[in-house]
Amino acid sequence: MRSYIKNMKTAAKVDYATYLGVILAFVVVSACQSAGLLSRSVTGMLVPICCYVCMAVSLNLTVGILGELSLGHAGFMSVGAFSGIITAMSLQSAIPNDLARMVLALVVGAFFAAIVGFIVGIPVLRLRGDYLAIVTLAFGEIIRDIINCLLVGWDENGLHIALNIDGTKSIASLGLSENGVEIIKGAQGASGNTRIATFTMGFVLVMITLIVVLNLVRSRTGRAVMAIRDNRIAAESVGINVTKYKLIAFVTSASLAGAAGALFGLNYSSVSAAQFDFNQSILVLVYVVLGGLGNIWGSIVATVVLYVLPEALREFNDLRMLVYAIVLILVMLITNNPTLRSLLETAGKKFRRGKSREGGVQG
Amino acid sequence: MKKQYPKPKLVPVPSTNIIPERDIGQSPVLECRHLGIDFGGLSAVKDFNMAIGRTEIAGLIGPNGAGKTTVFNLLTKVYQPTRGTILLDGMDTHSMTTAQVSRAGIARTFQNIRLFDKLTVEENVKVGLHNQTPYSAWSGVLRLPSYWKQERAAHESAMELLSIFDMQDMADYKAGSLPYGAQRRLEIVRALATNPSLLLLDEPAAGMNPSETAELMDNIVKIRDTFQIAIMLIEHDMNLVMGICEGICVLNFGRIIAKGTPEEIQANPAVIEAYLGKRKEEK
Repeated sequence: MRSYIKNMKTAAKVDYATYLGVILAFVVVSACQSAGLLSRSVTGMLVPICCYVCMAVSLNLTVGILGELSLGHAGFMSVGAFSGIITAMSLQSAIPNDLARMVLALVVGAFFAAIVGFIVGIPVLRLRGDYLAIVTLAFGEIIRDIINCLLVGWDENGLHIALNIDGTKSIASLGLSENGVEIIKGAQGASGNTRIATFTMGFVLVMITLIVVLNLVRSRTGRAVMAIRDNRIAAESVGINVTKYKLIAFVTSASLAGAAGALFGLNYSSVSAAQFDFNQSILVLVYVVLGGLGNIWGSIVATVVLYVLPEALREFNDLRMLVYAIVLILVMLITNNPTLRSLLETAGKKFRRGKSREGGVQG
Repeated sequence: MKKQYPKPKLVPVPSTNIIPERDIGQSPVLECRHLGIDFGGLSAVKDFNMAIGRTEIAGLIGPNGAGKTTVFNLLTKVYQPTRGTILLDGMDTHSMTTAQVSRAGIARTFQNIRLFDKLTVEENVKVGLHNQTPYSAWSGVLRLPSYWKQERAAHESAMELLSIFDMQDMADYKAGSLPYGAQRRLEIVRALATNPSLLLLDEPAAGMNPSETAELMDNIVKIRDTFQIAIMLIEHDMNLVMGICEGICVLNFGRIIAKGTPEEIQANPAVIEAYLGKRKEEK
């Protein structure tokens, strides 16, 4: 076993350490939860944290691995959230089991987000740099506006969908029967949802996201994507179909964001399209950038810390966001400080050398 | 003592192009007919005719700005030719993209090195092996047996290819952190990994000292002999060109001004004029 670990590549070691870290964190947190050590405000944060970890990891696939700046990631989250809610609500009587319905909702959310990602990706991935960022930003806003005027209801005759474009329609114009369910009510969003998301499901989703992203990155597909990022012309010259691999990365990223969105939607009794705005995309981007582009475990740590931080800073009251901003700036300054970086690197090298010597004596 | 590499006799093929005599039994690996490209009003390459034999080492030389790299970009479809035909293994590459041409058998290196800097040396070669490891994205994500099998095979062939230049020890370094010479060599390895039938080298000896260049010459010949492929190179180092190239093509202002063996080229007055200019009294 020891020699097996020794022979692994550093990248593989980091991957397994990431899995292990997430599993450990889950075990510890759920043990604390069952022992009643966590306050209600903390338990309320667990599922959203899982969602945002998935969002950050999936966005890292686009921004860090593919190297294209996407500012519309919340759009995919929104698509996933509302298609997930529609699935869960309309199948409430057909599938009484919460878990089965939730899993199905997540799959549907991922599926629709992937379709939207594909449709958006084809034209968008022809653009580069700033232009791609602007178009994805516009996409996020368009999705938000569409869902803002979307009316969806369900009764025994099936789904009723209407678009309230001229502002004259309301949920009543769907003509639902008496025992119908009003699912999405335009700008009001979806309210009165049954909250079926659980922390365990969040953990499973985080693990699935990690496995998909990390395995993809270490496969030929991921290598092709990173090759395109590092040098598009050279990638083409060794026979890589640039459009195909860009699209694979983008659609995978979108579908994972969709699944995260579905989980997020099912965690609240009311969700509206306005929640998935530009700020949401930027928030996730901040997690990714602060965790390090292309660095998956960095995204996880940054997400957890930055999500918990504003809550932990509640005692500062009005100064809360100011302190949050100062912490962000400090983290960026410190992680980019060359002196500090080289210091950390030498410390890391010494640590590793010490360890390998130890291993040599024992082995 | 200057090393002598064996040189074959050059013989004409039907299109009046010339290829080495030993390759005459087989059709040329590459044949360009009346190839040309215009950028706006400027014809960067005009009426470019050339054939390369199966195992030939061909040279493309000419003064700066003559259009040598443009020819490479035409062959690899970075630019679409305005006129003319490129036949790769007798197949017209007219409607192909850069990636398709690469899969059809043309590999290249770049004048200004283009490696995947943030990937390791081994990963760079594995990207070159991309089309020889055809497992799907799904089996990569789910780590199906085809993933493990082909990844192991890819690792082995990557190491074997790296051993051409004794670079196995560098496998885990980031490509961007390698010294200049090693980066040039890695580019050649990556190009070879695509299993080409024609290898295009754009100034492989640029920035190398004489002993490194001599080593490179040996390696180019070794690559041709082991892989049995054709190599076409652009180079300003005349020792290298005259030493290992069998057929040489001289470009000036986008036009071929001479073709032939190294001896013929060295004696050709048009070539001397292009490089050194005319004597005053001859004007």
